[in-house]
Amino acid sequence: MKKLLLVLVVAPALCWASEGGYRLDTAPIDPKDLVSLQSGARTFVNYCLNCHGAQFMRYNRLADLGLTDAQIRDNLIFTDAKVGDTMKVALTPKDGKAMFGVAPPDLTLVGRSRGADWLYTYLRTFYRDPKTLTGWNNAVYPAVAMPNPLWSLQGQRALEVVEHEEHHAPPEYKWTQLSPGTQDEVQYDTTVRDLVNFIVYMGEPAAMSRKRYGIAVLFALGVLFIFAYALKKEYWKDVH
Amino acid sequence: MASRLMALWDWFDARMPSVGEEYRKHMSEYYAPKNFNFWYFFGALSILVLAIQIVSGIFLTMNYKPDAGLAFGSVEYIMRDVAGGWVIRYIHSTGASAFFIVVYLHMFRGLLYGSFKQPRELVWIFGVLIYLTLMGEAFFGYLLPWGQMSYWGAQVIVNLFGTIPFIGPDLSLWIRGDYVVGDATLNRFFALHVIAVPLVLLGLVAAHILALHDVGSNNPDGIEIKKKKGSDGHPLDGIPFHPYYTVKDLAGAVVFLMLFCAVLFFIPEMGGYFLESNNFIPADALKTPAHIAPVWYFTPYYSILRAVPPLFNSQFPGVMAMGISTLILFFLPWLDRSPVKSIRYRGTLYKSALAIFVVTFLILGYLGTEPVTVWGQAGALFAHADRATIAARFLSVIYFAFFFLMPWYTAKDKTLPVPERVTM
Amino acid sequence: MSEKKIDNTRRNLIVATGAVSAAAGVGVALPFALSWWPSERAKAAGAPIEADISGIEPGEMKVVEWRGKPVWIMRRTKEMLEAVVGDNARVSDPKSEVDQQPDYAKNEYRSIKPEFLVLVGICTHLGCSPQPKPADDKGEMGGDWSGGFLCPCHGSKFDLAGRVFKGSPAPINLEVPPYAYLSDSKLLIGDDKKGA
Repeated sequence: MKKLLLVLVVAPALCWASEGGYRLDTAPIDPKDLVSLQSGARTFVNYCLNCHGAQFMRYNRLADLGLTDAQIRDNLIFTDAKVGDTMKVALTPKDGKAMFGVAPPDLTLVGRSRGADWLYTYLRTFYRDPKTLTGWNNAVYPAVAMPNPLWSLQGQRALEVVEHEEHHAPPEYKWTQLSPGTQDEVQYDTTVRDLVNFIVYMGEPAAMSRKRYGIAVLFALGVLFIFAYALKKEYWKDVH
Repeated sequence: MASRLMALWDWFDARMPSVGEEYRKHMSEYYAPKNFNFWYFFGALSILVLAIQIVSGIFLTMNYKPDAGLAFGSVEYIMRDVAGGWVIRYIHSTGASAFFIVVYLHMFRGLLYGSFKQPRELVWIFGVLIYLTLMGEAFFGYLLPWGQMSYWGAQVIVNLFGTIPFIGPDLSLWIRGDYVVGDATLNRFFALHVIAVPLVLLGLVAAHILALHDVGSNNPDGIEIKKKKGSDGHPLDGIPFHPYYTVKDLAGAVVFLMLFCAVLFFIPEMGGYFLESNNFIPADALKTPAHIAPVWYFTPYYSILRAVPPLFNSQFPGVMAMGISTLILFFLPWLDRSPVKSIRYRGTLYKSALAIFVVTFLILGYLGTEPVTVWGQAGALFAHADRATIAARFLSVIYFAFFFLMPWYTAKDKTLPVPERVTM
Repeated sequence: MSEKKIDNTRRNLIVATGAVSAAAGVGVALPFALSWWPSERAKAAGAPIEADISGIEPGEMKVVEWRGKPVWIMRRTKEMLEAVVGDNARVSDPKSEVDQQPDYAKNEYRSIKPEFLVLVGICTHLGCSPQPKPADDKGEMGGDWSGGFLCPCHGSKFDLAGRVFKGSPAPINLEVPPYAYLSDSKLLIGDDKKGA
C-alpha cells in the first residue's frame, strides 16, 4: 500500500523527465478580445488561406467577431466566394502534395487537435535549415513540410541546439536573427497571439455563447434544486 | 376540471386496468427500504442518462451522415450550421462519459452492500449483461465521428478478434465487411449503435428492474426487509417508492444535471478525456496517431490487455485476459462466500480487498490512457523494462486476485452480527 | 387543523416544483426544436442570387433558380404592357388584393419598373411550372388571348403580369418574390434590402 502511494507521488515527476520535445509557451490569448480576433482573422485570410482551407468555417459566421457582411466581404474575401460560403481553398490536395510533398491540411479544427499553446509556440519557432527541402525547419515540429508562412513578418532566424552532458538536463536552444522582418519580436508575438486566438475561435465558434448559456442554465438548475429539495424534505418528514 | 380528468382516467382504467396495476406494483405500492443512501441514486440516474442519450442521439441522427466521406463533415455541420446543434452534440458526448461514471458507481454500490447476493443473482447477471452491451454500444458509437481516434481505435479492437486462433482473421474480415475499417464498417456500426443495441439495452434494463422488483430491493444494511412485516402486510422498514423515492430521485437528478451541465457548458472536452484532441483530425487510413488509447472508460481493461506479453507468438492470451477480466463479474454471486451482505458487517479482509481493488482499478485505468513509457524504464535488474508495464502486470494480478481469492477470504472473514431492523 | 396546513404546503410545493420543472423542460426542448429550422448551409444555399438582365431582348424571358424554384424575368414590350391593362376585366384579382407580392409590386404592372416582370414560376394551383404563351399563339389559347402563361397540368392561365384569369383552377396570382435593382443591368432576387 505504502509503495503504491510512493509510486503515485513520484510518478508525475518521472513523467516530466521522460517526455522529450520543445517546451511549449503558454498562448496569452483572450477569447473575448474581438479586436484581437479580427486582427487574427485578417492574418489568417492573408497568409494561410492561399494553401490551407478552412472548409467547415462559413465567412458570415465571422459576424461573431462584430463584423457586418459588407465588412467581411470587403476585407476578408479575396475570391469570388459569397459571404455565406465556407472558406474553401483553391489549391487541390493533388497540387498541394506535388508542391509540398504533403497536401496542406485543413485548418478549421487545428485549434482543437493541436491546442493554443502548441500553435503559439510552433508559429514562433521556425528557423533556417539548409538540410531540408524548403530550407526551413521548426523546433516544435521537426522536418515540417511547410516553410515559415509569416517569414516576411518575423524575418529569418537560425537555431543552435546545445545538448548538455549531465543526465536528464534539457538541451539549450540558442536563437539568432539572420535578417529582420517587418515586425520586431514584440509585434510578431502579438500577431501570432491574435492569429492563434482566431484559430482557436474558428475551431469552436460556439464557445463564446456556450459559456454564457452555461451560467444561465446552472442558475436555473440551482433554482429548481431549491424547490426539489424542499419538496423532498416535506415528504420525508413522515419517514423515521 | 379535476373530476373530468378523474372520469377520463376511470374510462381508461376500466378498459386497460394493467396500466394502473403496473403503476401500483412498481411505484406507489412497491415498498423499498427506507434507509437508501447516496449510493442508491445511481440506478435511477442510469435510466436518466439512457433517456438523455436516446433523445440526443435521435436528434443527431437527423443531421449525421453515416458515409466515410461525409461523416466527419456532418458532425462539424451539426456543431456550426445547425441551430442548437452544438448543444445536442455535447449532450451526447458528455452523456456517454456520464453513463459510464454513473454505471461504475452503481456497480460499486453492488460490491459495497452485496446486492449481487442471493436472491438477487439474476438482477446482477442482467446488470453485467447491460454493462457489456453498453461497452459495445460505446464502441460502435465512437467510430461514427470518423476521426483519427475513431478509426484507429476501431481498427485495433477489431484486430483483437483477429488474434483468436483459427477463426480470427476471417472473423475480423466479417466484422469489418472489408479488408480495413471502412465505409461498410461505418454503416453497420451506425445501424447497430442507433437501433439494434439500444433495443437490446432497453430490453435488458426492463429485465433488470423486473427481476429486482420481483424479489425487492437490497439496502445498506444488507438485511431482507420483507422478513419483518406489519399488520398491513407491508415491510416495517419499507416505504412506497412513489412518492418517497420519486421525490428524492428528482432532487438527486437535479444535482446530477448541475454537474452534467457544468461539464457540458464549460469543459465539454474534459482535458481530452471526453472528446479526444486527435478525433478532431479526419480519419486517415495511412497515418496512425502517435498515441492510440481507448476512451477512458475502457482503459482499465486495455491496461490488462497490454500487460500480458505475446505468448506462443500470439496476442491472444492478452485478449483472453481482458475478456476474463470483464466476464469474471458474472460469477461474483458465487465467488462471495460471506454469510453477510453489507460491508458494514463484514470483516477487515473484505474491506481491505475492496479498497485495494478500487485503487488497482483506478491506477490501471490511468495507465491505460498513457503510453507504456509514461513512467520511464527500470534498472538492469528488470532488464530495463518499462516501469508502467511492470506496474500494470503487478496490478493485473491484484485485479484477478480480488476475484479468484474471494471464495477464500470471504469465507475466512470475521463478520459482525447483522441487525434485525435497518439503521437510518 | 395543522394537517390541512401541511397538505397546503405539500400541494403548493408540488405545484411550484412542477412549474419550475416545466420551465426547465421548455429550456431543454429549445435547442432540439430550434435544430429543425433551416441550417446555415440551407440558408446559404437559399441566399439571394444576382441576375444579369442586360442580355434579355424585349419580349424575351430569362429563368433563374432561387431556393430551388424557377424565377422568371421577362422584359415586356409596350404591346405587352398594353395587353396587361386590357386583361383587367378578365382576371380574378386585377388589383392584387391578395398578398402575393411585396408592396412595390402591388401596382398596375406588378413590378418595380414596368419593363421587367419578376415572378416565381410556380402555379398557385398545385405547384407545376406554367409555360409562356405569346400573344400570337391564338390557335391554342383562343381568339382573345393577348399573351401570358398556361399551366400544362390543369390548364390555369395567367396574364403578362402573372395575374390569374377567371375560370382557372388556380385561385390566386403568381407570386412576385422580393427583389431589387442593384443596377440597371443587375437584379438581386430573394432580398430587397440589397444585403447588409
